[in-house]
Amino acid sequence: MKSFSFKRAADPTNAVQMLGADKDSKFIAGGTNILDLMKEGIEQPTGLIDISRLALSVVKANPAGGVSIGALARNTDTANHPLIRQNYPMLTQAILAGASPQIRNMATNGGNLMQRTRCPYFYDLATPCNKRQPGTGCSAKDGLNRYSAIFGWSDSCVAVHPSDMCVALAALDAIVKVRGANGKERSIKFADFHVLPAASPQKDNSLAHGELITSIDLPTSACAKNSYYLKVRERSSYAFALVSVAAALDLAASGTIKTARIALGGVAAKPWRAEEAEKYLVGKKPGEAAFREAAKIAVSQAKPLSDNGYKVKMAERSIFRALTNAMNGGAA
Amino acid sequence: MIDDDLKNQPSRVDGRAKVTGAAKYIAEHKFPGLTYGYLVQSTIARGKILDIDSTEAEKKPGVIKVISHKNAPKLSITERPIPRPFYALTSPEIWFNGQPIAVVVAETFEQARFAAGLVKVTYDQQKSETNIRNAMAQGFTAGRDQADRGNPVQAFADAEFKVEAEYHLPIEHHNAMEPHATVANWEGSKLTVYEKSQGISGSVNYLANAFGIPAADIRVLSPFSGGAFGAALRSGPQLLIATMAARETKRPVKVVYSRRQLATAHGYRPESVQNIKLGADKTGKLTAIIHEATHNTSAHENFSEGLVGVSRSLYACPNVKTVAKITRLDLQTPLWMRAPGMVSGAFALESALDELSYKLKIDPMQLRLMNYAETDPDNGKPFSSKALRECYKQASERFGWSKRNPEPRSMRDGRLLVGWGMATGTWPAGQSPASARVTLRADGTALVESGTTDIGPGTYTTMTIIAARSLGLPIEKVRFALGDNDLPPSPGQGGSTTTSSVGTAVQEACGLVVKEIVETLGKEQNSPFAGVAVNDVLVENGGITVKGRSDTRISFADALKRINKENVSVLHRSTPNAGERSKYTIASHGAQFAEVKVDEEIGTIRVTRVVQGTAAGKIINPKGAHGQEMGGVVWGIGMALTEKTDVDHRFGRIMNPNLAGYHVPVNADVGQIETIFVDEDDKIVNPLGAKGLGELGLVGIPAVIANAVYHATGKRFRELPITPDKIIL
Repeated sequence: MKSFSFKRAADPTNAVQMLGADKDSKFIAGGTNILDLMKEGIEQPTGLIDISRLALSVVKANPAGGVSIGALARNTDTANHPLIRQNYPMLTQAILAGASPQIRNMATNGGNLMQRTRCPYFYDLATPCNKRQPGTGCSAKDGLNRYSAIFGWSDSCVAVHPSDMCVALAALDAIVKVRGANGKERSIKFADFHVLPAASPQKDNSLAHGELITSIDLPTSACAKNSYYLKVRERSSYAFALVSVAAALDLAASGTIKTARIALGGVAAKPWRAEEAEKYLVGKKPGEAAFREAAKIAVSQAKPLSDNGYKVKMAERSIFRALTNAMNGGAA
Repeated sequence: MIDDDLKNQPSRVDGRAKVTGAAKYIAEHKFPGLTYGYLVQSTIARGKILDIDSTEAEKKPGVIKVISHKNAPKLSITERPIPRPFYALTSPEIWFNGQPIAVVVAETFEQARFAAGLVKVTYDQQKSETNIRNAMAQGFTAGRDQADRGNPVQAFADAEFKVEAEYHLPIEHHNAMEPHATVANWEGSKLTVYEKSQGISGSVNYLANAFGIPAADIRVLSPFSGGAFGAALRSGPQLLIATMAARETKRPVKVVYSRRQLATAHGYRPESVQNIKLGADKTGKLTAIIHEATHNTSAHENFSEGLVGVSRSLYACPNVKTVAKITRLDLQTPLWMRAPGMVSGAFALESALDELSYKLKIDPMQLRLMNYAETDPDNGKPFSSKALRECYKQASERFGWSKRNPEPRSMRDGRLLVGWGMATGTWPAGQSPASARVTLRADGTALVESGTTDIGPGTYTTMTIIAARSLGLPIEKVRFALGDNDLPPSPGQGGSTTTSSVGTAVQEACGLVVKEIVETLGKEQNSPFAGVAVNDVLVENGGITVKGRSDTRISFADALKRINKENVSVLHRSTPNAGERSKYTIASHGAQFAEVKVDEEIGTIRVTRVVQGTAAGKIINPKGAHGQEMGGVVWGIGMALTEKTDVDHRFGRIMNPNLAGYHVPVNADVGQIETIFVDEDDKIVNPLGAKGLGELGLVGIPAVIANAVYHATGKRFRELPITPDKIIL
């Protein structure tokens, strides 16, 4: 690990100023990913700015409706907060499906959004990786790509975003609130927060250097009753998703589907919203026929690689299962 | 064994030290002035180092020295032609990706690690091959071919019922919690090392040979181990490099492999491809077994683990052919990993037998009973004991096997498919010479010493129990010391032989202590012990009594006072009764029954229930034995469902060298495990009557799970692990 300076920010304004003053510095909060990356030599910041003690860890109801979750609230505390459990149970399920209890106890919500891919080539300095070292090539595309993307990848990168929490946040149309070096606040739609690799996979998201996530705002959702987060993985805990699905339905008084939300994890560089499938479901009677068709639509544009064709089938079946479970009131 | 039976059994004597942190693992040991060595590993799989440039690394703060083959002192190991073992930093040759090629020694760990990343290496890279499929044709027989039994080829051709199938197991890594580590310190010509080791004497010999120093100048300490599973049976590069670096820098040096580096710190279970042919008549009698296996070795060394032995002796069959080959890949040399060879071979044989049972429409347990080997079919010798039939009976009854619907896909739990499978395991019960010293003190305590190790199975506890029973002392009055070559020498801790070997030495040494006391007492005037043989004495409650004469009881404390000794100490080397043992085949056996629930739609499998029936002679340490047999199940769940080392053949490089990418089972993957121990009264195996347990509990498990998955889904998986993608495709 390269030597680095360690400073503690006094408040959010101070934090963004400190970060802005040094383009090679990084924030640290829970440290569950940045420290791993530094130990492996993948990230080599000259300085770490500790933001873990800033007063951004509150989960509270927003006066305008919805709930605001502080960027520095721990994943565990967020998942178990009554406002989340009652109003966004799918988010609770998603957070608790991720990592291990020890990691969730340390990890913050902002950090969850900022975590980097676990593509094995990204983590191995001995192999080419465009995300780690632009221009060197993508080793995964024609290599071990069982865990790689089936949507939105480019020739330069096929890595997937590892988060579970973000999949639920995408389905919930969350808003990411950030503060810039100039003190200015801006809101980023969750769908715009993470970015697809295109030609510059080194960029994971639309944050500019010097910006600090302050909160993640969840709009009022009528989906609490009929939602479900399904994660398919190679062991029952402490494994990244092969495929995950956040599914939620809002039903009209007539019983037909008013709104549907479907987001997929483990399939793209960002949580993947199945918008066509969502549109298809609107006005349909919930049930096997509609769910199977929606699942089919959702994967129709998938582009699997040499070793991850299974993800297409798995995603289709998982969407069907998640919608079915959502309809059953979130019971597995 | 159910929990109630275990409640009053002795717990781990080292348990408290381990959970409180008082037990120090290798990397926790220090010497004053300790420095830190960080390894640089190769990033190619085959070729030569053209140059190593450490100029930049050496300029960094805290860096003391960078050692590579360019400046490493010459070892006193004669260069031999291939095949030969790998010695780090002795040549520019690259044999595998991740090979240690330099060490950076610095004042702090972080300084060493950072500087290690600045060492620049240029290579003459050659084409590497790590894909066993491309190397099958170059397979060769490592040892000697075993002669066919009967006429297997003809018998298979003539068989009424046949199974022929290929089975494929991936490379697997031990992934012990504790990484490989050495802390080395020279004081003049005397060397002390703390070393993660499963064989103290082996580590001493390795150092003596490599550095050309007398064994008497070497102290190797390995008091606690955070798991090894075979990975520390060979002395590895860290022992060589830390010791070399300490001598070169004249400072104590600690070298610890990082988790990422650990994938090439030591060998692994080799990748294997096996072809099995089974022939049977319509009653289910096996008429032919042909078992051909190939697994990989490295480019520079021949490693063979005898995958096919299981097919020679597990079932009575008149016609058997086995062929065991190895083939070269540009990977680290493989190494023994829990139940080496046997578990891989048993996966193939026990799966094939399951396949045969469906063809014959005979219950898989009945099929095994029908081909039960009453004597060793390979050599006609009787078994010293073999309660396998009783294992089948008790374990199947506990499991409820009779309620099984034999039809695949016939059993359900809601949307889940339920599958029940069974399999068999075996492991030879070896014994090696071993030594122990027992010192009984006048205060009624005993110190028992042997230079063995405890890599987790509970050796500390088992030896304490044996000594306590042999001396009639409560367990808390006995202390067992191990992990030090100043102690009486013992064999390496492998092959499930420690209880058999070291336990026998401890028991016999205790007997000799009692004998010496009885005989010395007997020499006194009017002693009730005069002329009394040691066998006629009861040893209990901290004293001795002539059998049938309770008035003769004397406590050890009083006895030692009477014979005017502060202690009685006996050093004893026990040797197996080779003559008697050679008349028998001596092995542990087990029967396993498993239930899986498969969510076929999304591909997930849960092992909900396993009953493990075990016949391993006399059980000395019931809690430890229960733990071993449970651990075997957990390990087998990993082999069957989750564990695989991913190699990118383009780079010849392991790509999942960490615990997030290499999936060992977590608690949530492990359902209910019941263990049943069937007693065997075996006077042949050793005076303890105890066989081994560490390997046995794993042997049948991958097959039992794959067999249960077949019963659940109707799909036969011959390649492990059975991951969700395989279920849904």
